[in-house]
Amino acid sequence: MAKVVLLLGDDISTDHIYPGRFMATVLPSETPKYAFADYPLNEKLNAGQIPPDSIVVAGENFGCGSSREQAVSALKGWGLVVIAKSFARIFLHNAINLGLRVVICPQLEAAEGDELEVTEKEVINHTSGKRFPIVPLPAARQAILDAGGLIAYTRKRLLEERGGY
Amino acid sequence: MGMTVVEKILARATGRTHVQPGEVLEPCVDLAMSHENSALVINQFQEIFKGTGLEARVWDPSKIAIIFDHRVPAESAKTATNQKRIRQFVREQGIQKFHDIRGDEGGICHQVLVESGYVLPGYVVVGTDSHTTTHGALGAFAFGIGATEMASVWTLGRVLNVEVPQTIKVILSGRIPPFVGAKDVILALIGKLTAQGANFKVLEFHGDTVRRLPTSGRLTLCNMAIEAGATSGIVPPDEETLRYLRSECGITGLQIEDLLPDPDASYAEVVELDVSSLTPMVAFPHAVDNVRSVEEAYGLAVDQIMIGSCTNGRLEDIEIAARILRGKKIARTVRLLVFPASYRVYHQALEKGYIKELLEAGAVIMNPGCGPCLGVHQGILGDGERGLSTTNRNFKGRMGNPNAEVYLCSPAVAAASALTGVITDPRQIGLTTEDNLS
Repeated sequence: MAKVVLLLGDDISTDHIYPGRFMATVLPSETPKYAFADYPLNEKLNAGQIPPDSIVVAGENFGCGSSREQAVSALKGWGLVVIAKSFARIFLHNAINLGLRVVICPQLEAAEGDELEVTEKEVINHTSGKRFPIVPLPAARQAILDAGGLIAYTRKRLLEERGGY
Repeated sequence: MGMTVVEKILARATGRTHVQPGEVLEPCVDLAMSHENSALVINQFQEIFKGTGLEARVWDPSKIAIIFDHRVPAESAKTATNQKRIRQFVREQGIQKFHDIRGDEGGICHQVLVESGYVLPGYVVVGTDSHTTTHGALGAFAFGIGATEMASVWTLGRVLNVEVPQTIKVILSGRIPPFVGAKDVILALIGKLTAQGANFKVLEFHGDTVRRLPTSGRLTLCNMAIEAGATSGIVPPDEETLRYLRSECGITGLQIEDLLPDPDASYAEVVELDVSSLTPMVAFPHAVDNVRSVEEAYGLAVDQIMIGSCTNGRLEDIEIAARILRGKKIARTVRLLVFPASYRVYHQALEKGYIKELLEAGAVIMNPGCGPCLGVHQGILGDGERGLSTTNRNFKGRMGNPNAEVYLCSPAVAAASALTGVITDPRQIGLTTEDNLS
């Protein structure tokens, strides 16, 4: 169970998540500092007030816009979980590739401060007592999820093709 | 069942005769493009090889393009150091399609790729940039991916786990009216589709409007397909595609018949738009789908106007601006920044006299590159300022300041507004019909 620390609307772009002015920073060890840089949450994150597994709840089309991977590594660095009604394609793929926890939950109703639990099939809002079904992540990406991310999956495929070790 | 253009391209790229939406494929990549974010791609690429005992070599250095455009010349020591690392990697790997910060062959990746003849009809093109959709204008299946996915492509030469997307057929009909252009068409379409209306799908452009549209306008259409969430935009290749590749790139002997969509191809949706009575359009802050007619924006004072970007920095765009501003002066209350999309465009605009005309009108000519579009440098907006721009995004903070506003428009609206200092309908500035700008 974890707390909703940020509630967002539809069409939150990667510019909102990780503003372009910080794009020269690329290392996953450095990007978290600028997560949601223009939101009050940023200060709380950097002050260590947001525990890992905390939840960002968003509407439709979360992560639209630029393909910048910093938007994913910045959220992953804080151990955040994103639950959205739907995700934009590139962000969703980047999230799966890097292992950011994302959950598609089209009917979710939640407010900041609510306590949510994510199970295999649903999101349970313990504050309101309601349950909301989860839409599975794209089956096409299952092999990447199973391998623990795209780096590990590509390495596995590379070794299968060219041998090694 | 017949196939759409993208289905045909994916069938070819996987050595199959038929594919259908939902299938999971690993298409071979014909061109893999990245820009300054190659710094991150390199890190991830080296990570893949870690512990394998294999030397980290890219699959095919002739199929990788790296173009510096997002922060040129470097705005910070960090960027300069990243660019230095990338140059070294380019040398080590023998990457051939590398465009550094140079006045002869540099520019914005989505212009350089096209004018260099790197993109051909039927290609699978991936880029670590969401506006990679641009290249669909030449009949390629081109889409944006993240840096880690690019590292995977550099390693294997294929994109893993690609789901064949559904296609939306977009039929554009009618003659585009004077002072209206491709930018207005795509803004109107995005307004109609919304920012997520084409998520995970391809926009395939049809209709007499598209057939008449030169490649420059088709590039503008496909460039902004991503703003409706589309995986890609694509124009079925035709005589104009062949003309462009022949005259701009010296490429001949291409076969395009096999790439045309089958008459019984299956589409997720058909969207029609009659452009014959379209007005110039403006996307209001802070969403690209917040599109209204320029008439609704008329009179809003602007502080800075930008003409350029991968959307509207081509010769035709600069020509429109020069024709509107020729012999006139921009308002004292605005700054006009013009970024040719590439140095080839810059040289052509110089030869045609457009650069001189723009300078004399009071415009500042900037070096080809992304400029302030993504909010890094070269024209960040001040607190409370209003920017008007021919770029493709107006999200809050996009031009480097969350306390500023960005309005999106065509080069004609941008230039007309530069004259008055307020958002202005280019149809109202008293040009003759000879100056028909469509």
